[in-house]
Amino acid sequence: MREIEFDVVVKAVRDMIVHCGTDLPQDTYDALEEAMENEKSPVSKEVIRQILENANIAKDEKRPLCQDTGLAVFFVNVGEEVRIKGGLLRDAINKGTEQGYTDAYLRASTCEPFSRLNLKDTVGYNLPAIIHFDIVAGDKIDIEYAAKGGGSENVSRARVFPPAAGKEGIINYVKEVISDAGGNPCPPITIGVGIGGTFEKACISSKHALFRDLGSVNEDPEMDEMEKDILTEVNKLGIGAMGMGGTETALAVHIESNPCHIASLPVSVNVQCHSSRHTHITI
Amino acid sequence: MAEYTLTTPLTSEDTKMLEAGDTVLLNGTIYTARDAAHKRLVDLIEKGEELPFDLEGSIIYFVGPTPPKPGDPIGSAGPTTSYRMDSYSPTMLKHGSKGMIGKGKRDQAVKDACVAYDGIYFGATGGAGALLGKKITSAEVIAYPELGPEAVRKITVKDFPVTVINDTHGNDLYQQGREQYEIKD
Repeated sequence: MREIEFDVVVKAVRDMIVHCGTDLPQDTYDALEEAMENEKSPVSKEVIRQILENANIAKDEKRPLCQDTGLAVFFVNVGEEVRIKGGLLRDAINKGTEQGYTDAYLRASTCEPFSRLNLKDTVGYNLPAIIHFDIVAGDKIDIEYAAKGGGSENVSRARVFPPAAGKEGIINYVKEVISDAGGNPCPPITIGVGIGGTFEKACISSKHALFRDLGSVNEDPEMDEMEKDILTEVNKLGIGAMGMGGTETALAVHIESNPCHIASLPVSVNVQCHSSRHTHITI
Repeated sequence: MAEYTLTTPLTSEDTKMLEAGDTVLLNGTIYTARDAAHKRLVDLIEKGEELPFDLEGSIIYFVGPTPPKPGDPIGSAGPTTSYRMDSYSPTMLKHGSKGMIGKGKRDQAVKDACVAYDGIYFGATGGAGALLGKKITSAEVIAYPELGPEAVRKITVKDFPVTVINDTHGNDLYQQGREQYEIKD
């Protein structure tokens, strides 16, 4: 059984958070540059230019890209032949989250749902992190991280369709969700679509779909085609950057599809703003 | 679409000349407030009590900044989604405020209040917090420090870039812009 020191995980998580807070990932930057080139509306083109200028300032001066530095969301694949020495894996991830958010001057955005009291002084600075664990073969730990902002999360939706809805029903549903959202989720957006599984599996899949690099191709040719179809439809809505009208509403659509119950067709749409701050590390 | 440079406090003369789609560089003093602070401010107005700042001609920025790095007046400071302030904004406009800065759609009551009280809803680029934070040259918490990032701050801005979304004539850039680029099958 391989052993990994508790503090090694803490530091790895802390470093990912510090880096993502100020450095927009290259795949996102490239996708935004392409969108700026393609955008037909001068107003939206200027908005994307500001977004790219913002990314340059944030990187050069180590300032947070956005004041909404998100809830910290993790997908963690733990090998069956590895254990943490000196503490629990969950605690290490939470400790690294607190250190990263504090060290990089990021915002503490977790609160109690009804009193709305910030949890920074009770539970911890921007804690608890949202962590999805899975057990896999091998002796490594793979940690995917994203900072998930509130504006884009607020427009996300899920629904269980009857199987007869089919692909057309799903495409229309995604279009409806994005149309209703307008400029609120900070377009140009990435759209994560989780299909199949159970109700919660579809939701988690739609979240995980957002962790995929922009510009990457879906390995399933059928889903790849569906991603392109949804992207074309969504960009017909005319929402544009920050909702100011334009042709580049979404940068990409990412689908994760799962086997499901014979009676159901669950669908979840999770929206990501243009500041798609995500990265991963294998320890 | 015209470009303007304006200094606060704004007058009705300033706001009436603006049209949806115009870009404006704002200068001077602006106040920050999000939902929690708005609730308290509107409570004070309804009770007829004194506010922590003068509403007349004021611009309210919907923002909850990150903590400042040592030596900086403020951290990253881009706009938050505005609909959460929809229930409070008409009261603020009615009592003299002339502008709001945020992102995202407003409800009809806010648009009507812009027409009735010569108010403007400005949009700033969401997610451009580093760029916008640098346009803020001073910041001071003047009320509700216990709200943390949601406290009311008096800030000074220099050439702070915004776009007119809702003007005093009832126009809405979100609606107009979308209609112009929407492709109907």
